[in-house]
Amino acid sequence: MKLTAGNRLVSTVCSTEIIVVKAGDEDVSLTCGGIAMVLPEERQGATTDGTISDEAKNGTLLGKRYINVDDTLELLCTKAGEGSLGIGDTLLEEKEAKVLPASD
Amino acid sequence: MAAEGFGERVAISHSSTDSSKTQNLTYRELYEASRNVAGSIRANETSTVGFVDVSSPNLAVCLFASAWAGLPFVPLNYRLTDEELTELASQILPATMVTGTDYYEKLNSVNDLKCLKTADLDNIEAPANLPEDSDWEMDGEKEAILLFTSGTTGKPKAAILRHKHIVSYVLGSQEFMSATEEQATLMSVPPYHIACMANISSSIYTGRRIVMMQNFEPVEWIKTARNENITHAMVVPTMLWRMVEELVAKSEKIETVQNIAYGGGKMPIDVIEKALEVFPNTNFVNAYGLTETSSTVSILSPEAHRAAHNSSDPKERLRLTSVGKPLPTMEVSIRDDKGKPVSPNESGEIWVRGEQVSGEYKGGISRVNEEGWFQTNDAGWIDEDGYLFIEGRLDDVIVRGGENISPGELEDTLRQHPAILDVGAFGVEDTEWGEAIAVALVLHKEANLTEDEVKEFVRENLRSSRVPDKIVFYDELPYTETGKLLRRELMFYADT
Repeated sequence: MKLTAGNRLVSTVCSTEIIVVKAGDEDVSLTCGGIAMVLPEERQGATTDGTISDEAKNGTLLGKRYINVDDTLELLCTKAGEGSLGIGDTLLEEKEAKVLPASD
Repeated sequence: MAAEGFGERVAISHSSTDSSKTQNLTYRELYEASRNVAGSIRANETSTVGFVDVSSPNLAVCLFASAWAGLPFVPLNYRLTDEELTELASQILPATMVTGTDYYEKLNSVNDLKCLKTADLDNIEAPANLPEDSDWEMDGEKEAILLFTSGTTGKPKAAILRHKHIVSYVLGSQEFMSATEEQATLMSVPPYHIACMANISSSIYTGRRIVMMQNFEPVEWIKTARNENITHAMVVPTMLWRMVEELVAKSEKIETVQNIAYGGGKMPIDVIEKALEVFPNTNFVNAYGLTETSSTVSILSPEAHRAAHNSSDPKERLRLTSVGKPLPTMEVSIRDDKGKPVSPNESGEIWVRGEQVSGEYKGGISRVNEEGWFQTNDAGWIDEDGYLFIEGRLDDVIVRGGENISPGELEDTLRQHPAILDVGAFGVEDTEWGEAIAVALVLHKEANLTEDEVKEFVRENLRSSRVPDKIVFYDELPYTETGKLLRRELMFYADT
């Protein structure tokens, strides 16, 4: 699906929830635990027979940001879970935290 | 999200010296209170949410409740006259207006204005039609905050900040939950100032407890900093000046504050130098930003402060007066009056670009060009190592016989004089030069200074072309409540 900043998506195999911070123009098949993520209102009806794949079970941490290799996609985790975020089978990387002093 | 991550932490409280109020909110309580207030706001069916009161935890509740209800939040200056307030309110109708008791009667009589008393929000009942978590829309294009700019140069305009601007700023400068439970920030800047809105947003995101101070007063500030174990604060230069004076007079120091950010006006070098002495363990951060840029654009880091303070090289010492380097997410460029970039050390207008920049006002006005640059109307320069220096508003530059004279430079020089407490430089009409240089001076108690001595001091320490043509002495200079010098008023008094 095509993503835009502000989109909220949820995992169907764990408690992970994310919000899109940055997205490119192309279609992206976002996964969590190796299974496609869905819109919050779709979770109820989503098939949850899937289990977290072994390649994607490192977990997603609250408040961490996740990016793809080209840094064209950035997600912010708003609810932690056991599955890892990915595009298809490729896992996203955790974005390195910046250290800036408080300025406000 | 903060409620999810650390729901039981205290998010926000009143300053303890304000004994009449004891409202403390945890992140979970802030979330639930915002939901209840969002429900009441939604039931009013208005298009904006105004706020006319001093700071309190309910200010944060209203900010988040507005976002939840999907409406822009508009904090107004509670010190305005009734007429001015009514005029600003009329620009945001139909509105839900959260007001202190003092303004309730007056504003409640305005058509299309539905007033709620701030104090009543403490015990607000959950309305019948309570918003769901999912009703909190995440549309970045929606208007989040409208702020009437201070209008030191003209009539107040409502600057629009959309959710995408605020989010870019917070995500660009802070990490979620990066604050420890012991950290607390003392908020003494009024609600209608961008720094207050930015501070609430980033403190909640990082999990730093906010202590709200209703009206800044240096003795109270110092007492609160000690009682509440304050680790962080944001002040405007006038506030820091008054705190430093107080501490120096009592030969006291504050050793527990970790981080003080200052901005919103020019910081005299002697004030920051003294501040580094009386706050020996504090990291100082000079932040330059505007309402239109969702606050901070560039910062002078604590390391840069110390390096400049300890240096014997005059050029490096001068960096104490700089606003440092742009945030990694921001670009800054100095342009001439044709819009062409100038060389390092050359002065021009400051242009900024980045996702947190709005540059947009109510009435369909935008000051952002096609390439995304916003012209700040501030004059400044960048040195060869990339440090940005602010000279003041472009409109304040004095043009004397075709030569551009920066009031800031002249003020900095005069402030070095031991007899001078405060100074404002400005242009006055002159038949010979077009504009002549005028300075308004406030002297220390029992100090004496003649006009000739002032002129001689400028000639020796700056250059002869900067010698003021007109010198006036005052008891104090006019500032806005947020510490900006009102040069227009100086001009007016000088003429009369």
